[in-house]
Amino acid sequence: MILSTENIAALAYLLLAPLAGGLLAGLDRKITARMQGRIGPPILQPFYDLSKLFSKRLAPVNRLQVPLVASHFFFIVLTGVLFFEGSDILLIIFVLTLAEVFLVLAAYSTGSPYGSIGAERELILMMSYEPMIILTLVGLYEGAKSFNFYEIFASESPLILELPGIYLGLLCVLVMKMQKSPFDISTSHHAHQELVKGLTADLGGPALGLVELAHWYESVYLYAIVFLFFSSSPLMAVIGLAVTYFLVILIDNITARVKWQATLGIAWTLALVAGAGNLIPFYLITRGH
Amino acid sequence: MSAVERSIWIVHYDASSCNGCDIEVLACLTPVYDAERFGLILTGNPKQADLLLVTGSVNARNLPVLRQIYEQMPDPKAVVAIGACAYSGGVFSECYNVSGGVASAIPVDVYVPGCAAKPESILDGVLKAAAILAERRKALRGVSGGTLPEALREAEASR
Repeated sequence: MILSTENIAALAYLLLAPLAGGLLAGLDRKITARMQGRIGPPILQPFYDLSKLFSKRLAPVNRLQVPLVASHFFFIVLTGVLFFEGSDILLIIFVLTLAEVFLVLAAYSTGSPYGSIGAERELILMMSYEPMIILTLVGLYEGAKSFNFYEIFASESPLILELPGIYLGLLCVLVMKMQKSPFDISTSHHAHQELVKGLTADLGGPALGLVELAHWYESVYLYAIVFLFFSSSPLMAVIGLAVTYFLVILIDNITARVKWQATLGIAWTLALVAGAGNLIPFYLITRGH
Repeated sequence: MSAVERSIWIVHYDASSCNGCDIEVLACLTPVYDAERFGLILTGNPKQADLLLVTGSVNARNLPVLRQIYEQMPDPKAVVAIGACAYSGGVFSECYNVSGGVASAIPVDVYVPGCAAKPESILDGVLKAAAILAERRKALRGVSGGTLPEALREAEASR
């Protein structure tokens, strides 16, 4: 059996994404600490945390919780594998939604008030970022005439110059997906939140470790989508990704958490104004030729 | 240092402290002392915590609460009692409702002295407890099964 480039990329993702995602998380914590005038944990801290979590005893609240969390993990990884396998990005986004739903169900299953409110807010978050994700896909399609990661990558059109509004909207989605302020309403990396841990309040030990690991897998392909905007030159890709990564951390540190109404309002307004406002003229110009 | 020693998540319970020790615990988390550089995180959630920090003395009201928090923490776990009140009841030990220090409710691993305890000594106590946690994980590792492992009981007895 001969492996194609896509197969190798998917396999590399499967093996290396936890490493990259963990390092991204570690660097994030270090930069955040420096912004707050602290020394901060070592870069490898997320790996210590994960190893610790998996060494704890599994104490599920009910029998449903762990299978649901495992399904969440499976579908997040599957999303990434499909993505790097070169599958249709539309399909990928639907698998991603399914993965999120499993996590929400896991939070609901225990009946804990913190978990339930966290789950409700996660649904609101999903409702907030879905329109912008769809607009991002439409934008990528309009720019590169494809729903395939590698074809968009190969199109060599400087998408960031053609779709700055879409990029802005995607940045907002990224902040939500990374559970960052001001949109960390369902759960947060910091415990000083009114819901304690919200969505993951009833998860401990290995189950929480699995959610964390899924988050690392997720962050890698989210940044891969960001990469598509800058893929026309390697230098631009590095700068673009670094600036995006830094912006997400900066936004986290300079904003306060908003209520769910504002989350929905900001996300949809941005999707409508920046997303559609970018897409409509772009569509008219490219179709006009 | 093992991963367990480098990643200590804390749940803090104020039994009936005068708030003196609690302020010092919070001081540990400020940029000045920056507990996160040792991998310490305040979780506020017993299910995700490795270490229970208790300040203040135990009375009839908070005893069941303290026990419940302790029982909700998954093994391996450890307890740090902070300040004079958590050790013996302190100045409140003669009160009609005070049953004594934290040890009158749950097993304690490390006592941090002081009234109020200094942030430096709290961090020191937490790191000592981290070493105990690592020992306990080693003891747990050799054992499988759903019941409370024998090794854990041995660890309890060796305290």
